[in-house]
Formats: sequence, C-alpha cells, structure tokens
Amino acid sequence: MAYVPLADQEQELHHPHSWVTKYVWSQDHKVIAIQYAVTAIAVGVVALVLSLMMRMQLGFPETFNLIDPSEYYQAVTMHGMIMVVYLLTALFMGGFGNYLIPLMCGSRDMVFPFMNMLSYWVYLLSVLILMASFFVGEGPTGGGWTLYPPQTNLAGTPGHDSGIVLMLISLAVFIVAFTMGGLNYVVTTLQSRCRGLTMMRLPLSVWGIFVATCLALFAFPALLVAAIMMLFDTLLGTSFFMPAVIESGTPLDHNGGSPVLFQHLFWFFGHPEVYIVALPAFGLVSDVLSVHARKNIFGYRMMVWAIIAIGALSFIVWAHHMYVSGMHPYFGFFFATTTLIIAVPTALKVYNWVLTLYEGDIRLNAPMYFAIGFIFTFIHGGLTGLFLGNVIIDLPLSDTYFVVAHFHMVMGVSPVLVVFAAIYHWYPKITGRMFHEGMAKLHFWCTFLGTYAIYLPMHYLGFLGVPRRYYALGTTDFIPQSAQDLNTAITIAALFVGASQLLFFSNMLWSLRNGKKADPNPWGAASLEWQTAETPPIHGNWGAELPTVYRWAYDYSVPGAHKDFIPQNTPESIEPTMDEQHFDPDLDKSKADL
Amino acid sequence: MSLLKTLGDKSWERKGIIGGLKPVGAFDTAPEKVALVFFLVVASVVFSLFTVSYFIRMELPDWTPLADPAKLWLNTGLLAISSVLFQWARNISSSTSTRNIKTAFIGGGVFAILFIAGQLSAWQDLNNAGHYIASNPANSFFYLFTAVHAVHLLGGLWVWSKSSIKLLSGSEPKEVRLSIQLCTLYWHFLLIVWLVLFAVLSNT
Repeated sequence: MAYVPLADQEQELHHPHSWVTKYVWSQDHKVIAIQYAVTAIAVGVVALVLSLMMRMQLGFPETFNLIDPSEYYQAVTMHGMIMVVYLLTALFMGGFGNYLIPLMCGSRDMVFPFMNMLSYWVYLLSVLILMASFFVGEGPTGGGWTLYPPQTNLAGTPGHDSGIVLMLISLAVFIVAFTMGGLNYVVTTLQSRCRGLTMMRLPLSVWGIFVATCLALFAFPALLVAAIMMLFDTLLGTSFFMPAVIESGTPLDHNGGSPVLFQHLFWFFGHPEVYIVALPAFGLVSDVLSVHARKNIFGYRMMVWAIIAIGALSFIVWAHHMYVSGMHPYFGFFFATTTLIIAVPTALKVYNWVLTLYEGDIRLNAPMYFAIGFIFTFIHGGLTGLFLGNVIIDLPLSDTYFVVAHFHMVMGVSPVLVVFAAIYHWYPKITGRMFHEGMAKLHFWCTFLGTYAIYLPMHYLGFLGVPRRYYALGTTDFIPQSAQDLNTAITIAALFVGASQLLFFSNMLWSLRNGKKADPNPWGAASLEWQTAETPPIHGNWGAELPTVYRWAYDYSVPGAHKDFIPQNTPESIEPTMDEQHFDPDLDKSKADL
Repeated sequence: MSLLKTLGDKSWERKGIIGGLKPVGAFDTAPEKVALVFFLVVASVVFSLFTVSYFIRMELPDWTPLADPAKLWLNTGLLAISSVLFQWARNISSSTSTRNIKTAFIGGGVFAILFIAGQLSAWQDLNNAGHYIASNPANSFFYLFTAVHAVHLLGGLWVWSKSSIKLLSGSEPKEVRLSIQLCTLYWHFLLIVWLVLFAVLSNT
C-alpha cells in the first residue's frame, strides 16, 4: 500500500457540515487558533483594566478611591496571573501555535484535531472559573500572583475563602487544557511535516513554539502539584505547606507545613514560564525581522541551538526568585551563576537579530516597527535581569519597583510587542485583508514610547527604595515628593498606553470589512504558510496536494534570483546557476512563468 | 538521523528534496504512541515532584510514619494481574489468532477496577482506625498519592471502556489493536508508578 503522509491523511480532517461545526465546535486548527486568541485577548483586556485601576490608585491616592486596599491586592493578583498564564501562554501557544504550526509544517491540520478542539473548550472553562471568582464570596484571591502560603489562606487576605479555591481549580483545568494542546503541537511538529521539510528547515517560529511547548509540558506539572497540594490544605485541612499559625489569637488546625516547599514548586514552574512566553516570541520576531529586512536570519543554526539551550537552562535557575526567602550561600551562588549563564544564549540571539538587520534591505512596515521595538525593550529588560540575578544586588532591590519595571519590560512589554508584530504580520493571511498601515504605526509609537514613559521612571523609583505591593505610599522620610509626582506621571502614561490600544482594536475590526484585499503573500515571505492557494487558507490548507519543500525558510535576496525571496516550495531547478547570475530579463521572465 | 546530526545540518546549503514522504527524523510509529510517550513523561514529572515533596516534608519534625494497611499488598497483586492481562491482550492482537482477546483485554480492565475498589477499601480501613487525611502529613501523602494514581487509572479506564464496547459490539480486533497497545503501555507505566509509590510509602 502506498505510504500516505500523516500530514495528508484525509480521514483526520473532519470537514464541517454546519455553521456550528465550522465556527463553534470546529476542529480546524485555524478556527481554534482564532478562538484561543480572541478569548486570551478578551481576558487580557480585563487584566489591563485592573492594572489601570491600580495605577489610578497609585498615581492619585487621595483622589479617585476606585478601589480599597483589599481590591488593590485582588487586582494585583488577578492582573499578574491573567497576563502571564491566561493571556500570554494561551495566545502564543493556543493562538500562534495553532495557526502557524500546521501551515508552516505543510500539514493539513493538527495530528489530533478533536483533542485540539477540546483543548480550547477546556481552556475557556478555566477562564470562566477564574472569572467566576469575581462574583463569589469575598471575590478573587488577593494573595499575589505567586499565591504564597500561608498568606493566601489566612482570613486577613481577600479571597481566602472561595477566591483561592477557584484560582487553584482554574489553574489545574488550564494545565489539562494546555496538555491536550501541547501534545498536539509537539506531535504535529515531529510527525506531520511535509515532504522535504527537515527539522532544520523549519522556521524559527515553529522551533520557538515547539521548544516552549516541551518546557510547558515539563514545567506545568510543578504548578499542578503545588495547586493540588494547596487545595488539600485549603479544603481538607492538611498541612503540606501551611505551618502552625495563630490567626487573630486563635491557633489554626494546620501544623508544621513548609511554605518554602510551595515556593520551590511554584518557581520550578515559574521560571520556565518566563521562557514559555519568551521562546515563541523569539521565534516569531526572528521571522518578522528576516522577512521585512529581506535577509536570511543571521546564524539560523545558532538560533536553534540557543532556543534549546535557553529551554534546558531555564529549569536550573528557579531559585533566583527566592533569594529573599533565604538559602544556603552556595545555593545562592549556584543559582546566580546559572542565571548569568542563561544570558549567553539569550545575548547571542539579540546579536543575531541585530546582525540580521545589518545591511538588510529593510522595509519599515508596521510589523517591523514592533519587531525592532522589541529588540530595544528586550535588551533593556534583559540587562536589568543581570542586576537581579546577583544575590547581593537582588536583596535590596527585590521588594522595590525595580523588579516591577524589570519583569514588565522583559516579559510584559517585549512579548506584547511581538504579539502585535505577529498579528500585523500574519493578519493579511488570517483575514485576507490588509490593515490600516498608518493607524498601526501610530499604535506602535503610542505603545512603544508610552511603555518607556511607564517603566523607565519605575527603575528610578526602585533605586530610591520605593516598595512595591503597597496600596498607598503615605508619607515617609525616604520617599520624596518627587517620587510621588513620578508615580502620577507613570499613571498618566499608563492611561495613555491603555487608551491607545483602542487604535489596535479599531484597526483590526475596521480592516476586517474595509481593509484592502490582501495579496496571498504581501510581504514576499519564503515560508510555507504564505504559499497556500487560498487566502485565508481553506480547511485542509493545501488543496489536492501537499507542498514539497526544497530549501530552508530564509532564502531572501539570493544573488541572481528573480525575486528577492525564494519560497520554500520552489524546486532548485528554477533557481539560476552561478553563470546566470547576470541574468537576462527576458530569460528571467520566462523562468518566472515556469 | 541522530539528534546531533539533525541539529548540525547546514540547511542553508542543502537544496532539493531530502527524505521520502515520511518526514525526516519522525518516529517510525503511530502518532498516538508518540503522544502517549510524551504524556507518560509529563505524568512522570508529576509523580516525581509529589515524591520529592514527600521526602522534603518528612524531614520536618511533625512527621509520624503511617503503618500502611496490609490490603495494599493484595491491591498491588490485582494491579499486577491487570497489567499481565493487558500484555496478554497485546500479544494476542499482534498474532494471527485472536482467540481470548476479549477475555484478556476486558479482564485487564476489570482487575484495574478491583484495584481501585481495593484502594477505596484501604482508605475506609484507615479512616475507621482514626488515620484521617489531616491527622498527620504522612497520612495526607498516603491519601494524595493513592488518589492521584487512581485518577490516572480512571483516565485509562475511560479509553479501555470505549475499546471494550467496540470489541463487545463485534468490531474486528485489528480495529482496536492500537488502543490495546497503548492501554498496555499505559498500564505497565501505572504499575511501575504504583510500585515506586508503594515502596516509598512502606519504607519511610
């Protein structure tokens, strides 16, 4: 019997027969990707609004009184958890992973379409459970996004009754959803590539998502274990993490648990989580930079190695989040060293992005604005990470706004800029329409400059020693009035950046109907997803035959080629020989017609 | 192609078709099996982290070891028989004669159900003896380990029940061959996990 590639097995397609199976219970990876993305962005908007409420409180503490101290802590907690897990992880993996992996692999769909669909609906369930915590009992948990016991379980912490329970259940459900999706991404990448597409011919987007998925599959279990044990502590009265505590003069039933054990489990997940978000962003931005610089990505092989090295190293740095919890100095030394080592492959990637731009034929399209903006913010956030990776510098800075500024630059602003770059870049393929270029560029400048106006001064506040996690700073000797004024300015910038996201949403919605009809390959990209016969691609992606791949995904500005890019599915017989490099335009035309 | 050779490929130099229709570097097995192996690694991480937590927690002064019920030996035997029956079903599914395949496959699941019932009975005995879940961290871990293990087994039983229904409703054994192979692998894994957990619980 003739071999039928897994990528091409017809019975796996489950063609939709009704509106419901096409748009609701869809098993098409592209529809599921959009469902993931819309849900993630919607819940991200909730987190954005929470952050603006916090900033209003910090910038104008005596003026608005929108939230009380308990609600402030609830907002901090929900903002952090939503942004990191329910927005960024879901968007990069469920959104971009779902859309791009089968297309970039030349496959018709994910390997397990039903499980892929289930993954989205279980993810939605986890989001709904989390959102439900706003409406029950005292509201959501206010124990901070790290959910440290015993604080989260004590009566003084808002949401200690139902809020923390719903948060933990929601996280467990999210992990189940992610595992179903993650197995799909990994198996599709390994088993369902089209003919000729070797692993080292994959675009870096796929590499980034693939390695990040492996990280997530191995790191989320730590969060699951922590969540289950903490649920036992909360609901069944066990003492895995809960120590002996006297609450309002009354001893609680718990005894002897180890809060530090929870911290280890949490950060064993928590640090790889940084790279679960960062690695897909690295991959996507590499492709955007290469396409719009009309140049192959510099050091492709090193970029792949760096992604793998960063992924592996991310599992042995977790305790740098716990320096202030206290540890043996040798452990501190070990984790500081591994933290600094991880900067090496990361820096390598930054150099390669910059060298990709060097002498490129740069097209300053809107996606490129965001991609270049990412390089700035990532260098900025990465360098402050080197400060905090050292124990002796981390200790005084750990509880200040310096840390807030650092992690927002490196894993807030930077990945979000890549999200925007990627959405603008692939929007024509996803929707078949072009977006409004001017509005997109205005969106970039508002976001890029606005976020700098927020986070640069925040580093200074940190150096002053202004503590984070405070509802109001009040009057103290070490916080001058200028710091209060700076807080006001930061809030104004935050409100400006928040409002400017309306440019993005209105552009996306307006362009859906009114945007110019997009060419199948408007940027002249070489990777497979741009070579589909239909734009947007139809269900099954490739028509009668799967593509065959003859080259890597970065053949840009090849000397002597007819165009400044050669698609991956172009046979080498159509390439010019070295002798033909000073080519004849007529000959050139006839070859192009081939 | 070895991993190092794969990662050392200078893909910018090599043009043309590499490999046949099967993707270069893909595992030569069903995708379901690849997914299951990845899932087993994920589950191994879960059980490993529970076990590490157990060892860290037992160092703290309030730890009182729990005398595990003798019933657990019987339960272990039930799970081992379950695993053996699945292996038998797997062997039959690969051979030309498919006699006894229903007995072996369905029997494997039934013994797994008996194992879970046995674990519940062990819980009941502990409860009756006053060893409640929150009395001591050793107790808490006993209930936690057995519960998480049973939940994994229940997941397997869901797949087993679907295939059993197919077999009983007259499907050809070759139609459920893959399912039988995957169930067997999963059952062996859960038997090994249980043996490790049992050893940890019994010896500390």
